Amino acid sequence: MGKPSQHLPLWEVFIRSKRGLDHKHVGSLHAADAEQGMQYARDTYTRRSEGCSIWVVRSTDVHASQSEDSASFFDPADDKIYRHPTFYDIPEDLKI
Amino acid sequence: MSAPALFEYALRLGDDALINGQRLSEWCGHGPFLEEDVGVANTALDLIGRARLLLAYAGTLEGKGRDEDDLAFTRDERDWRNVLLTELPKGDFGFTTLRQFLLDAYNRHLYDGLRSSKDGTLAGIAGRAAKECEYHLRHSGEWVLRLGDGTEESQRRAQRALDELWPYTPELFETDRVTEELEAQGVAPAAATLRTAWQRTVETLLRAAELTVPENAWPQTGGRQGMHSEHMGFLLAEMQFVQRAYPGLDW
Repeated sequence: MGKPSQHLPLWEVFIRSKRGLDHKHVGSLHAADAEQGMQYARDTYTRRSEGCSIWVVRSTDVHASQSEDSASFFDPADDKIYRHPTFYDIPEDLKI
Repeated sequence: MSAPALFEYALRLGDDALINGQRLSEWCGHGPFLEEDVGVANTALDLIGRARLLLAYAGTLEGKGRDEDDLAFTRDERDWRNVLLTELPKGDFGFTTLRQFLLDAYNRHLYDGLRSSKDGTLAGIAGRAAKECEYHLRHSGEWVLRLGDGTEESQRRAQRALDELWPYTPELFETDRVTEELEAQGVAPAAATLRTAWQRTVETLLRAAELTVPENAWPQTGGRQGMHSEHMGFLLAEMQFVQRAYPGLDW
């Protein structure tokens, strides 16, 4: 984990906008604990009415895929176009 | 109700908000860290926005054609009605935080009461302000807990700030002809009720923060009569500089 940081712990901020149903990652901030993280998320990321719900998550609790994994993780999907639903013939009398 | 009393009252509310906001805005760019810098500036902006509404209303009540800018930028020290507590220099972060906590707790109960004011304009302004106050108190209250129940140094500084600030708090609940008239008419909440509610809120949190509530000392007062501390002139000089140097300048 490296040497101890002089900063407060890092938190990832997720905001649910009024329009959408999903919380979306909007950025990160430093805070001593969850309550403070919530307040700073409110002050930093919702001051222009961007949201109606906030999640804060300790950045250390996020497990991220590594860039060196991307060849084995993501490239194999590139040549499997049959996974996209574009090969089905849609019956003419089906109303979508 | 008499317009002069209501004018005076709106001016007091507006001046408290503006001077507190001005002091708080001094932290902008100087906060202990970036997130708190944004947090403090948000509160300062809320207060200045509230002051605009209140001073604009005061100008209307006065009926002499003065708008919010005239009242904010061309009044001399003796014409300001804010409590001394708001004008004291910002001090260290502990001092600013404790001051803000004492004021936020006061504002929270004050604007909560004003929501049912018989004066429709004040009630309308209070509807918006009360929500802001609730958040401000949550933010400053959290910091008081953190500082009071924190390290030895943060505890010492928080207690020192509290001891310095305490004698300035009775001025918030002072009564005179203006408050008595407006209380009787249901325009302003009763000072005695406010004081009881404020004391309960403040003392509960101070104790939770392991801070000692100071003994009542000789009250520092005079702001409502325009008798300010030596710090007020410097604050006004900075805040009013542009309008004083270039009268009527607009941009």
